[in-house]
Amino acid sequence: MSWVAAAPGRRSEAYLGNTMPVYLDNQSSTRLDPRVLEAMLPYFTEQFGNPHSTSHAYGRMAAEAIEQARSEVAALIHADPRELVFTSGATEANNLAIKGAAHFARLYLQSGQPRDHIVTLTTEHKCVLESCVQLEREGFRVTYLPVEPNGLVSLDRLSEALTERTLLVSVMAAHNEIGVIEPITEIGALCRSKGVLFHSDAAQAVGKMALDVQGMQIDLLSISGHKVYGPKGVGVLYVRRRPRVRLLPLIDGGGQERGLRSGTLPTPLCVGIGRAAAIAAAEMTDEAARLRRLRDRLQTGLTRRVPGLRLNGDAERRLPGSLNFCFPGIAAIKLIEACPAIAISTGSACTSASVEPSYVLRALGLSEADANSGIRIGLGRFTTSEEVDFAIDALAAAAGRLAADAAVAGQGGAPI
Amino acid sequence: MGEIAPARPGASARTETYLDWNATTPLRPEAAAAISAMLAHCGNPSSVHRWGRAARRTVEQARAAVGVLLNAPPETVVFVSGGTEANHLALLGAGRDHVLVSAVEHDSVLRAVPSAERIPVDQDGVVVLDMLDRLLAADPRPALVSVMLANNETGVLQPAAAIGAIARTHGALFHCDAVQAAGKIALDADTIAADFLTLSAHKLGGPPGIGALVVTGELELTPLLHGGGQERGRRAGTENLAGIAGFAAAAVAATEEIAVYDRVRALRDALEAELAAIAPDAVVLGAAAPRVPNTAAIAMPGVAAETQVIALDLDGVMVSAGAACSSGKVGPSHVLEAMGVGPDLVGSTIRVSLGWDSSEADVAHFLRAWTKLYRRCRGSSIGARAA
Repeated sequence: MSWVAAAPGRRSEAYLGNTMPVYLDNQSSTRLDPRVLEAMLPYFTEQFGNPHSTSHAYGRMAAEAIEQARSEVAALIHADPRELVFTSGATEANNLAIKGAAHFARLYLQSGQPRDHIVTLTTEHKCVLESCVQLEREGFRVTYLPVEPNGLVSLDRLSEALTERTLLVSVMAAHNEIGVIEPITEIGALCRSKGVLFHSDAAQAVGKMALDVQGMQIDLLSISGHKVYGPKGVGVLYVRRRPRVRLLPLIDGGGQERGLRSGTLPTPLCVGIGRAAAIAAAEMTDEAARLRRLRDRLQTGLTRRVPGLRLNGDAERRLPGSLNFCFPGIAAIKLIEACPAIAISTGSACTSASVEPSYVLRALGLSEADANSGIRIGLGRFTTSEEVDFAIDALAAAAGRLAADAAVAGQGGAPI
Repeated sequence: MGEIAPARPGASARTETYLDWNATTPLRPEAAAAISAMLAHCGNPSSVHRWGRAARRTVEQARAAVGVLLNAPPETVVFVSGGTEANHLALLGAGRDHVLVSAVEHDSVLRAVPSAERIPVDQDGVVVLDMLDRLLAADPRPALVSVMLANNETGVLQPAAAIGAIARTHGALFHCDAVQAAGKIALDADTIAADFLTLSAHKLGGPPGIGALVVTGELELTPLLHGGGQERGRRAGTENLAGIAGFAAAAVAATEEIAVYDRVRALRDALEAELAAIAPDAVVLGAAAPRVPNTAAIAMPGVAAETQVIALDLDGVMVSAGAACSSGKVGPSHVLEAMGVGPDLVGSTIRVSLGWDSSEADVAHFLRAWTKLYRRCRGSSIGARAA
């Protein structure tokens, strides 16, 4: 029996040797869709040619598969396939977008005013923030805008931050920790009117909400494979052709991807992200409705059973599958430990191993104690209503136990 | 079955013969099995829950397995997206102002630091050690020397240990791109004594999209990709779990089966000997130098490489006119030019590269197709002149 056809949610038991927790950490990574896997398999094996070896049949077959995948991803965001650059993931796409645009602006200074200023949010993903910090070391200026208590950027504040020297605005489409959806269309219009490039990290948004780089006037858009039920190790950067956005590559060499990203393209991974995009395009509307119902079920169930439970981030403008709660007076890490049968997290996986409270929750104005009690829950394509009910029971029971322990210990409102 | 069945190129009908192993290799069965297992796993190695911890274990075990290729300890292995990225991380991340690269390096090294000084090679393609010594002595700035172990077009091996020794004498760091050597000859990081070594999975039976930079000392390295602090801050981005597992499995298999390349060498040598008998004017470039066992850069004088590659392809034999990344481009090989090969030979050289699965039948198929083309071109003066 092939594991491809096995029931989702339990496929890795053989590898892991025992029952694994219910997976509710879909912001961190998603399970590869079996249909994506099936599309990828032939390109691992019989069609293994190097797609740049165009002098022979194996190479040409691989190249054709990659171009097909490029079209599939392009269709999902209403882009021209020629505007897409394959990368090793969203981290690389974000690095390439931000550093590539900055380095190009520095090298090819247009006459007159230099553009050396970047505007982003304090709640962006680490790879956006760290790219900006690196550019500051190189002499660029960066404004890190605070967000409103609901996690959204104030358009007035953003508008005020833009100057004649502003080169780029980087604002993520949907948030990886709190799930809120930023006003991308408005930001796109604002940036276009000021002649500022607009980059959006859409790793969490792609495939879960409609994105249109034309309508939203996005110049650079980052996509991740493994956040949309595709493989890890592949991502895409959308780079607008009209009006043309120019970047310097981070990785040069053989000149692949029209010189913007050298290195042998991993055919199976490109095919995987292409298939994942095609599936998302076809199923997004129905899937979003299903996830919204599951999310509401989870939210209602938990709210009913956990006194004082608070949702972080805007309640309306959010991704269908994403929730972030403060369990009052309960340290998130204790709650996670008390629920070994559910895989959830305190926030971004990249930083979830650190003991620091989430910088994102702090940016919403939460106290350190509250930020320490934040739990992120991510429902996904393979999440069932049984799993949601199981999670409600497990989380509510654990929270009740921990709250009772805290009361006995007489620790009052401080997180235990 | 959804399991990945390993491909055995050319093993079935003999209608197609794959002799472009330096561009990419088929996936080893061990790698296919490891990838199958890990593609089903949705953990992010940075997550603290059990899915994440299981993924983390896989990554750390893989680090040890990949280290085996070079007999290097696991903590030296930094996973990246491939050889091109690894070369950039070494050349740009080391932060040395003065960079010297051999004239026959891969484009990913040459273009990482376009201003780098070029170390010349001799007519066999081997770095001129005296010149390296002089170039380093002439410039007091802290330097980085980057010289590949085996050339991707000719297979010529560089005297890496000697290059490393010269670099150290001058206080320079040494980066060695071992992409085309790893898995074809036994390697030992201590013997090569480089500060950085580049590896690529898909050149030794692993999947594309994964490679490693081996950093042997405790060197400060400015990351190329900033972000979540993965790979101890040297390379941000969620780890390519299946790729890493496949790389590890391929690395172990390649190391265990390295003796297969004795057979590959015999095949390659027989191929070259046959060619010499058929066509006295054929030239094997770099043949006088030590080479990896699988590569032959063969010139059919007067016949354009592109013509040869197309004709061989029509006969079911897949070879290349040079590096895969630039094989879609027009332009002479900088490797052969650096060796002082005349323009007529440069333009008429193809690369034939074998692998662990190559057979006598593959060589025979190539020789039939090559000979047919050779006789046709030699028989017709038009064909010869047109090239």
